[in-house]
Amino acid sequence: MIAVDALRFSYPKDGFCLEIDEFNIETGEKVAIIGPSGVGKTTLLKIIAGIIRPDSGKIHVDGVELHQLSDAARRNFRITRIGFVFQELELLEYLNVFDNIIHTYRINPVLDLDYSVRERAHRLADDVGLGNKLARMPGELSQGERQRAAVCRALLPNPRLILADEATGNLDPANKSHILDLLFEAAYRANASLLAVTHDHELLPRFDRVVNFRTLLAIRHIPLFAEGRGASVLARHL
Amino acid sequence: MQHDFYLAWRYLCHHRVRTIILVACLSLLATLPLVLHVMLDEGETQMTARAESTPLLVGSRGSALDLTLNALYFNAANQSRITMAESDRVGQTGWADPLPIYVRFHVRDHPLVGVTLDYFDFRRLTIAQGNMLAMLGECVLGADAAEAFGLKPGDSLPTTPENLFDLSGVYPLKLHVAGLLAKSHTPDDQAVFIDLQTAWVIEGLGHGHAEGKKPEQSYGLPFSQVESHRVHDAKLLTYTEITPENLDSFHFHGDPSSYPISAVIALPHDRKSSTLLKGRYIGNEEAVQLVQPLETIRGLLENIFRVGILFDAVLALVGTAMLLALGLVFALSLRLRQRELQTIFLLGCSKTKVLRLVSAEILLLGLASMFVCLALLEFIQLYAGGLVRLFITP
Repeated sequence: MIAVDALRFSYPKDGFCLEIDEFNIETGEKVAIIGPSGVGKTTLLKIIAGIIRPDSGKIHVDGVELHQLSDAARRNFRITRIGFVFQELELLEYLNVFDNIIHTYRINPVLDLDYSVRERAHRLADDVGLGNKLARMPGELSQGERQRAAVCRALLPNPRLILADEATGNLDPANKSHILDLLFEAAYRANASLLAVTHDHELLPRFDRVVNFRTLLAIRHIPLFAEGRGASVLARHL
Repeated sequence: MQHDFYLAWRYLCHHRVRTIILVACLSLLATLPLVLHVMLDEGETQMTARAESTPLLVGSRGSALDLTLNALYFNAANQSRITMAESDRVGQTGWADPLPIYVRFHVRDHPLVGVTLDYFDFRRLTIAQGNMLAMLGECVLGADAAEAFGLKPGDSLPTTPENLFDLSGVYPLKLHVAGLLAKSHTPDDQAVFIDLQTAWVIEGLGHGHAEGKKPEQSYGLPFSQVESHRVHDAKLLTYTEITPENLDSFHFHGDPSSYPISAVIALPHDRKSSTLLKGRYIGNEEAVQLVQPLETIRGLLENIFRVGILFDAVLALVGTAMLLALGLVFALSLRLRQRELQTIFLLGCSKTKVLRLVSAEILLLGLASMFVCLALLEFIQLYAGGLVRLFITP
C-alpha cells in the first residue's frame, strides 16, 4: 500500500532534515509509529498523504507514485483514497458537527454529497456516540467528542489508507480504545491500511506492527550544526 | 455553487457581529447618495408644486426670490411693500383675478398672513373644525400652527408685538380663533390666517375706541357738524380686542387703496391674458415687478442641484475611501482566517474553491446590503414627503 524509497525532506530555515531510506506498509496492515516529539512523524504522514512535497525520493500509495501527479490530481487522489485524522483535528468552528463531518464533500467537486453519504455520516456519528450532537458547534463539544468528529470526517469517504496523527491523544482510556476500535473496524471493512502515530504504548499490542521512528531515520544525515528543532532531534538520537 | 453559498452563509451567521457591521457599512454607502437624490427629488416636487399652482406674482421691485419666498412660503425676509392699488390694478386689467396677501406680523414663530377669502378657495384649504373667517378680529389656524398653540375654535390668540420698547408701534391684537384648517402639507399649515382688514388693524391703520362725549359748546362748528361732533379726553380707550360689542367702533383712516400688502397673486384667465399681463409689467418705469414663481423656484432648485452634485462628488470620494477600507478589512480578515484556510486546504480544497467561497461571502454581503439599502430607500420614500417638509421646504 505504501512504499517509501530514499525519501529526503528538509526545512532549510531551521535545519530540520528528514531522510528515510526505505519504509513499506502492506495493504490492510495496521502499523503504529512511535517516537519522540519533533522528529518528523507528522511530516512523514503529510508527505505520504501528498500534502507536503518531498525534496527527493519516491512515495507510492496504492500503486500510484504520488508526487509525480499534478497538484489537482494529487489532491483528488488524497481526498478519495486517504483518510487523515489530524493531530490538531482541524474542525471548523462555524460549522456544526454534521457539517464538519461532511465538509470534505462540500469543498471538493470530485466528491458527490448524495443521500447515501449523508446516511453514512449519520451512521458514523451514531457509531462514535455523536448521533445526538450533530447540531452542536465544535466549541460546545468536549475534546474527546471533537476527536471523534474528526475521525468520522476522515472515515466518511471509505478511504483505502487511514493516516492517524495522535488520534487518541488527550483521551481517557475508554475513549482511546473506542476510537481505535472505530479506526480498526473501518480499516477491516475496506481492507484499508492504517498508519497511526501514537504515544500510547498500551495500545501498541493491537497493531500488526510497531515502528520506532528512530529506526527509520538515517541518523547520519541529521546535521551537527543544526539549531533549534534539528539540534534537539539530534540530541534525542545520540 | 450551492455548497459555496451554504458555507459562506454559515460563516457569516457564525460571525454575525462582524457581518452586521460590514452590511451596515455597505448599506449606508449605497443608501446615502440614493436617499439624497430621493430627498432632492421630493423637495423639488414639493417646492415646484407650490410654485406651479401660483401662476404669477406681483410685488415690489427687487429680489424675485425674496418676493416668491415671502408670498408662497411666508418667509419674512422680504419686508418690501406694495399698496392695495396694485391689486386693484391687476383686477382692472380684466386679464386676471387678484389675490392680495400681506405677510408681515407673527404670532410667536408662526406667520400671520392677511388674505381675502378667495385665497382659501385658491389653495383648496378647508376647515377641519369651527368656521371660516366671518368677522374682523378673527383668525383661522393652519393645522401645524393649531397643534403648536394647542388652540381650538373659540379660544383667543394675541399677536406678537414687533418691538416691546416702541410705545407708538404696533400694539398686539387679541385674535379670536374662528376655525382650524385641515392639514394640507404646505406652508399654509404653519400660518395663522386673518382677513386683510384685520391685518391693517394690527398695522394701526384701523382702530376702535370708546365713543367720545358730545361737546357742551359748539366751538364754532358749522351747524351741520354739531350733532355728530365728539370730543375725547386724555384717557381715550383704544380696543385691543374686537368683539361684537365694539365692532362698530372700528374704522379706518385714509385711502384703502394706499394700504400695504406684500404681494398680489395674479390668476390669469388664460395663456393670452397671462402674456398680456406680463407685458404690462415689463417697463423700467414700473415700481412693481411681475414674477413667475415657477421660474424663480426652478432657478433656486438649480442651485440646490449644484449642491447635490457636490454632495455626490463628496460621497463618491468618501465611498471610494470606504470601499478601500472595507477591502483592507477583508484582506486583513483573510489573514486572520489563515488557520481556517489552512484547514480547508488540508481537507483538499483548491485555491479556486477558496476564491469561490470568499466570492460567495462577498456576494451574500452585497445582497444583504442591497436588501437593507432597498428597505431603507422604501422607508425613506414612504416618509420622504414628511422629512422634506421637516428639513427642506420653508
